[in-house]
Amino acid sequence: MRKGPSWFNVVSITLGFVFLYLPILLLVVYSFNESRLVTVWAGFSTKWYGEMLRNQALMDAAWVTVRVALLSASVATVLGTLGAVTLTRFGRFPGRTMFSGMIYAPLVMPDVILGLSLLLMFVAVGLDRGFWTVVLAHTTFTMCYVAVVVQSRLVAFDRDLEEAAMDLGCPPMKTFFLITLPIILPAVVAGWMLAFTLSLDDLVIASFATGPGATTLPMKIYSQVRLGVTPEINAVSTVLIVIVTIGVIIASVTTKRQEVARQKAERMAAAAP
Amino acid sequence: MGQKTLGPVRRSFAPWLDPQAKPLIRFENVTKRFGDFVAVDDLSIDIYEREFFALLGPSGCGKTTLLRMLAGFETPTEGRILLDGKDVSRVPPYRRPVNMMFQSYALFPHMSVEANIAFGLKQDGMPKADIAARVEEMLKLVKLEQFAKRRPHQLSGGQRQRVALARSLAKRPRVLLLDEPLGALDKKLREATQFELTDLQQELGMTFVIVTHDQEEAMTVADRIAVMDHGKMVQVATPSEIYEQPASRYVADFIGDINMIEGRIEASGEGRTRFRSEALGLTADVLDATPIGVGETSWLAIRPEKVSVSHEPPADTSVNAVEGEVWDIGYLGDVSIYHVRLAGGKTIKATRANVTRLIERPITWDDKVWLSWSPDAALVLAA
Amino acid sequence: MSDISESAGHKANPLRWLVVAIPYLWLLVFFLAPFFIVFKISLSQVAIAMPPYVPAFDLAAGISRFFADLKELTFSNYLWLTEDALYWKSYLSSVGIALVSTLILLAIGFPVAYGMARSPKAWRPTLLMLVILPFWTSFLIRVYAWIGILKKEGLLNQFLLWVGAINEPLTIINTNTAVYIGIVYSYLPFMILPLYASLEKLDETLLEAASDLGCPPTKAFWLITFPLALPGVIAGSFLCFIPIVGEFVIPDLLGGSETMMIGKTLWSEFFNNRDWPVSSAVAVLLLLILVVPIVVFQNSQMKAMEAGK
Repeated sequence: MRKGPSWFNVVSITLGFVFLYLPILLLVVYSFNESRLVTVWAGFSTKWYGEMLRNQALMDAAWVTVRVALLSASVATVLGTLGAVTLTRFGRFPGRTMFSGMIYAPLVMPDVILGLSLLLMFVAVGLDRGFWTVVLAHTTFTMCYVAVVVQSRLVAFDRDLEEAAMDLGCPPMKTFFLITLPIILPAVVAGWMLAFTLSLDDLVIASFATGPGATTLPMKIYSQVRLGVTPEINAVSTVLIVIVTIGVIIASVTTKRQEVARQKAERMAAAAP
Repeated sequence: MGQKTLGPVRRSFAPWLDPQAKPLIRFENVTKRFGDFVAVDDLSIDIYEREFFALLGPSGCGKTTLLRMLAGFETPTEGRILLDGKDVSRVPPYRRPVNMMFQSYALFPHMSVEANIAFGLKQDGMPKADIAARVEEMLKLVKLEQFAKRRPHQLSGGQRQRVALARSLAKRPRVLLLDEPLGALDKKLREATQFELTDLQQELGMTFVIVTHDQEEAMTVADRIAVMDHGKMVQVATPSEIYEQPASRYVADFIGDINMIEGRIEASGEGRTRFRSEALGLTADVLDATPIGVGETSWLAIRPEKVSVSHEPPADTSVNAVEGEVWDIGYLGDVSIYHVRLAGGKTIKATRANVTRLIERPITWDDKVWLSWSPDAALVLAA
Repeated sequence: MSDISESAGHKANPLRWLVVAIPYLWLLVFFLAPFFIVFKISLSQVAIAMPPYVPAFDLAAGISRFFADLKELTFSNYLWLTEDALYWKSYLSSVGIALVSTLILLAIGFPVAYGMARSPKAWRPTLLMLVILPFWTSFLIRVYAWIGILKKEGLLNQFLLWVGAINEPLTIINTNTAVYIGIVYSYLPFMILPLYASLEKLDETLLEAASDLGCPPTKAFWLITFPLALPGVIAGSFLCFIPIVGEFVIPDLLGGSETMMIGKTLWSEFFNNRDWPVSSAVAVLLLLILVVPIVVFQNSQMKAMEAGK
């Protein structure tokens, strides 16, 4: 039996990753194109980044998006964590099936349905659409992602730790904050990051939920893209890609480093008498 | 099995024999159901102060559920649990003067050894200086002084086990509960730790309740053992009583190795019983009174180490003897096990200590041999 | 064995039910209730006003009014959907496109996931991160990147002309082909991740055992590897199929007038025609199509969760 990858494995991985990364790479490369025609290379230039920074509407939209994402991700993290605790620590209470249904459904529900239904509700209760309705909408769909991420950590969580704390005199609520939360914190942070980027990316739900004066960056990009490809959008995209990439790499390198340190300590402890 | 820790004081310790003694823990007709499953079935038991009490049984027999009810993680469906005469059945775990050492140790991974040990004391709002002193005392007790600042993952298995022990002892609980405390250790370390545990219990004068599925462990550490099966107590007695006077075939079979021969009571009286197995053509005298009536089906139970094997029939006619053929020999180093097949087809096991280093065994495969045992070696059990 | 709700002592604190109540109420108000409103509005008549519909019934107006309204309830929007070929054609075409793209995704995703699972252990975290990374980068941007590639004067045509494979630039953008490319590209990580998760768990010794018992590698793949990867195949397929049916951004940006997808129809019905009742009816029907796959998907997810315990 072969242990390593065969030539077929190597070729499929290579082709797969070329397919995944080539378009992004081209997009980044052409953001440094001198020409206004995106597809004709006319020399290196960073002028589109300057254009982008001078585009007040674009910058306003970016600022709105960041504020929406920060707010909705933070609320969604609290709600989603509570939801995950509900799913894993409260047994079979009445209505649990419906609750888990409401947690899982938004993960696959088409955005157009989520967006439309939220908008119609905002109108029905007479809520003025704008910044806050986008925050509400984003909180609702991202909290489900947070709940799933945190839940999978809580399921793997050693319940003995919570029982040990209670056995030593710690009431349940305090146990959650002293024992459970610090241990599942990486999952909670990952949930927050996921919620943040999902909010940052969302076009469809925001388009439905928003009102005058609250245009998010994806909406701005979308309306410009419909008019045609511009190097300025390439520049914005590149900035977003770089930020997300750096974030993901930092997150995975730190977890990896912690993991390596932990394994090393474990090996040393095992070697000790 | 060495019992080096059992001093004279220990031997006379038997509060369960004293009708005046007040139990520290009392289970009163406790039943615990999980849906349709009955984990603990109408069970009553008294456990006394300073006792080292073992709950022994196969997995699923309800021993862990019993322990968890004592800790407060489960509530009895019926019945009461009394601690110091007070009903604690519905007191939450964090308000009970009872601490538990978990099978998984359940050390908090984000806290140092010190912080783990101090955790319970902090919950009680003990002054800082007192906490520090107690933690130091505990670290000394389990010989981990130089590991105070380490995290659990930086410790070996044996060290973690000691931190878990120190943490559960730090609050000086009325009762220490131990859930398979040595299950994760390798055999050598486990045996050494068993003796450390008994020493510690003696030294601290505390009440320990241990759950284990390892009969040797239970016999080594405990004053009394409760053998459990399907949520019921089958027998509660001292280790030697459990081994030598098992109350039922289940207990006899669960503790150690035993030969069981089916037959009938031929005669009984004056503290003696005559047992007869037609199938094996065997008649045996047992120096034991039995409540089983004459003619009823019963079982002759005898431990392999109490059966002798020889080429000649025993000279003493008061000794029970039966002839057979050596079918198999298992060499275990310290002892050899002889599987001897009787005329009726039944195989009886007999062990012999290998007292010399002779490789050639005087008794070998296919030899015609005599098995013999004295009347006080066997006992008769009901069907 | 014990959940907090069953254990002793916790009953004392009713405040802990807040933990359940807060997310529960939030989802009831912001997720479930809106669906009823969508359903209600789908039964209303369109009007030129703000909001642009005449309410079908209004509980605030009292019970008698409610019953009066009930009589006026109209399924005309749904009738309209069945009469106009545009709607049912776009339903069919959405499901068709989703099915075909799920199969393509499976065909592309499986070899990649399989290759990753069989790569040296040291590489795997890096490969995994490379799959996850596009998932974190904006969907819109990734679709946008393809416009520049697929355009008539785009990079793909430039390349093919330069190589000499074609003489005339191909028309790819604004066709269904472009939509397939966009969908496969965007959803590939969603397919690879669950496949990789189940393939990575596969015990190498199983294949060794099969080979030891006389099974050649290709046969072993179909008899051992594939059946054991089936949970991943199912999860990945649902994870892609369901959202693709309702996809809007990809058909809108890459597709043309021939591309009919229900998400796009709903969007234009809502934003261009401002017909809220009809778009609500479209949403209700879309939900009905997806209810079965969503429930099946949830059950399999929950089972996986339980098994994880």
